Amino acid sequence: MDVLKIATAGSVDDGKSTLIGRLLYDTKSLTSDKLEAIEKKSKQLGYDYLDFSLATDGLVAEREQGITIDVAHIYFSTANKSYIIADTPGHVEYTRNMVTGASTSQAAIVLIDARKGVIEQTNRHFFINNLLRIKTVIVAINKMDLVDFSEEKYNQIKSDFEALMSKRDYQDQNITFIPVSALKGDNVVNKSENTPWYTGKTLLDYLENTDQKDVYNTGTPRFPVQYVIRPKTEEFHDFRGYAGKVYGGELSVGDSVFVLPSQTKSKIKDIHFYDKKVQTASRRSSVLITLEDDVNISRGDMIVKENDLPTIDKQFTATISWMDSENLTTGKKYVVQHGVNKVLAKVSTIHHKINPDYSGVDETAETLKMNDIAKVSFKLNKPIFYDAFKTHRTNGSFILIDSQSNHTVGAGFIQ
Amino acid sequence: MTDTDTSKINPLENEAIYIFREVAAQFEKPVLLFSGGKDSITLVRLAQKAFYPAKIPFPLMHIDTGHNFPETIEFRDRLVKELGLELIVRNVQDSIDEGKVKEESGRYASRNQLQTTTLLDAIEEFKFDACIGGARRDEEKARAKERIFSVRDDFGQWDEKNQRPELFDMLNGQIELGQNVRVFPISNWTELDVWSYIQKEQIEIPSIYFAHTRATFLRDGLIWSADDDVVYRDENEEVEERVVRFRTVGDMSCTAAVLSDASDISSVVQEIRDSSISERGARIDDKRSEAAMEKRKQQGYF
Repeated sequence: MDVLKIATAGSVDDGKSTLIGRLLYDTKSLTSDKLEAIEKKSKQLGYDYLDFSLATDGLVAEREQGITIDVAHIYFSTANKSYIIADTPGHVEYTRNMVTGASTSQAAIVLIDARKGVIEQTNRHFFINNLLRIKTVIVAINKMDLVDFSEEKYNQIKSDFEALMSKRDYQDQNITFIPVSALKGDNVVNKSENTPWYTGKTLLDYLENTDQKDVYNTGTPRFPVQYVIRPKTEEFHDFRGYAGKVYGGELSVGDSVFVLPSQTKSKIKDIHFYDKKVQTASRRSSVLITLEDDVNISRGDMIVKENDLPTIDKQFTATISWMDSENLTTGKKYVVQHGVNKVLAKVSTIHHKINPDYSGVDETAETLKMNDIAKVSFKLNKPIFYDAFKTHRTNGSFILIDSQSNHTVGAGFIQ
Repeated sequence: MTDTDTSKINPLENEAIYIFREVAAQFEKPVLLFSGGKDSITLVRLAQKAFYPAKIPFPLMHIDTGHNFPETIEFRDRLVKELGLELIVRNVQDSIDEGKVKEESGRYASRNQLQTTTLLDAIEEFKFDACIGGARRDEEKARAKERIFSVRDDFGQWDEKNQRPELFDMLNGQIELGQNVRVFPISNWTELDVWSYIQKEQIEIPSIYFAHTRATFLRDGLIWSADDDVVYRDENEEVEERVVRFRTVGDMSCTAAVLSDASDISSVVQEIRDSSISERGARIDDKRSEAAMEKRKQQGYF
C-alpha cells in the first residue's frame, strides 16, 4: 500500500486543525468513541457545530490555549492509500517545527483564509515548502463559505499567490489551488455544490490521484552503510553484509561500485531482503548488500555507482534552519550528522540571514537565533560524501548536534 | 519473494528496519520491551528482518505485572525458545514486595501504572541505553507527538515540550550517561497496518486475539474477564459466558474484550476495517482522564 506523508502549516485561525478533522470525519476515519468525545467537548464549549480541531490538538497545553505547538502526526487511510499528516504551527516562532514537518513529507497543504488572502505567513509557508523541495503543494483557500463562495475572491488569491510563485527557487514544484470550507465540508472530500465555477478535484481526490512516482525527487543511487552484519554462524561463516537504505536511485546485482571514502572498486554480488535475494534494490528500501571483493567497510561509509561520485570534501556551504535557544556564532563547533555519518564541524562564515518570506536577506547578521534561516559555511574535521540538496534531497541534507547538550540544534541543505 | 526488486515492500516496513539498524549501531545496550501483545510480536519480526542472517543483537525484556493473560505468557516463552532469543523478566510483584509501589484497591484497581517503577529499576539494573517499544502515534493524542528516538532523563521522564526535532530520517541518539532513549520503530503504523502485516507475514499471535468463549461480566458498557483473583468484581456484576476476543492485550484488569466471532486473521482484519471504536476505547487506563496518557508518559510509562 502506498503511504503519502503530507505537511500542513497554518496559523491559529485559518482552520488547519478543522480541515484535518474534516478529512478524518468525511473519510470515516474518526471512530465513534473519538467522535463522541468531540461532540461532548464541542457542546461543553458552547459551539453549535462540531469542532474537529479537537481531534488533533494533542497536548494539554495546546488544549488549554487552543493552539498547536509541536508537530503532531495524524493518520487516516482510504481504500488505496495511507496518509500521514505532519501538522505544524504556522507562527514565525515555530519556523523550526515547519521545517521539521516538511522534511519528512512528500506533499504539503498551504492554507489561506479566503477573507484575508495571501498574508505574510503564507509567504513563509510557501518559502519553507519550496526550500525543502516538496514536489506537490496544494493551496487550500479555506473559509469560502464566509466570502459567499466568490469566484472572484478565489481568483484574486490565486493570482496573488502566483506572483509569489515567480520568486521561488525550486521551479519544478506542482502547485494546485482548491476552494474549500473545512467547517462545512466543501471540496474537502465531497464536491461542493456551492462552487459550480470550480471544475478541479476535491482535496482528497487530488491526493488520491497523486502518483507516488511524482512525489519523490529522484537522483543518483547512494547507499550509506548503516550497520555491518556478520552472523559468525556455521551456515554463514564468512558472510559480511552491509545493511542500509538505498537513496535517490536503484542498485542492482552486478553493478560496478565505488566504496567511499577508500574509493575501492568492487561489484555488487547479492542483494538480500530478509531471507530472500533480489535482483534490484529500489529507492528507499532497507536491504543488505554483499560485494564481490573483500573490502573493509564500516558504518558511515558509502557505496555508490562507479563514475557517479558525490562531492568528497572537508567543507561546504548550506542554507541552515537554526532550532536552538542558544545562538549559532562563527567559530563554534558542532557535530554534523549527515545521514548516518557523523563528523565535527566548525562554523567558518555566516554569509547572510534569509528572510523566509521573500523579503530579502540580512548581510549584517553575526549570530543566528532560533527560527532563523541563513546561508552558512562549515569546515569539517573529516571529508564527507555529499550532493547538493537540489539534486539529492537525502544526500544533500544534514542535522547539527550540540555536543554538550546532545540536542539537535539545526538542519541544513547543502548548496 | 517472487519479485525481482524491492519496490513492493511496504514503506513502513522499510522505515522500521532502518530504525532497528540505527538502534543497533548507535547504542551499546539496547533492549526490546516485549509484552506478548501483537505490536511487540510485530517488532520481533521486524527485528529479525533487520539483522538476518545474524540473530537479533539484543535481548527482550518483559515487565510482568502478574496479571497477564496466561495465554500471553505461554506464547512469550514459546516464541523466545523458537527464535533462540534471550528473555529478561522483571516482576511488578517484586516491586510491591520491596515496598517500592503500593497495590491499588477498589473497583478499578490495576497494576498498569505500577509497571513504570519496575521498568525504570530494570533499566538501571541492566544499564540499558535504548528501550525499543511498540507504541504507535495513532493510538492516542499524546503519543501523536512522540519522537521515534525519545530521550528520557535520569528519572525516566518525558519532557514533551523539549523534544528533539527529527528531520528527514536522521535519528540523533546522542545521550548522556544515565539517560536512555525510548525507540518506537512502528510509530507511523496504524492498528490496521499492524493487523495487515500480521496477516501478510503469517505471524503467529496469542489465541486471545481470536474469538473464544470466556466467562465475563459487564461494567460501564465494557466486557471484562471474570477472573476474581485479578479483576475486582461486585457481587451484582453477574458472570456470563460470551464469545469474545481481545483487540489489545494489556493486563486482565485493564483490558476489556469485544464481542466477536472473528476466529481467524482474515476475519480479524475485516473486523478492524469495519470497526467504529478505536483500539484504546477498550483500555480503561486511558479513560481515567483526557490527559491520562500524557501524565503517565511524563512519569516514565511507555
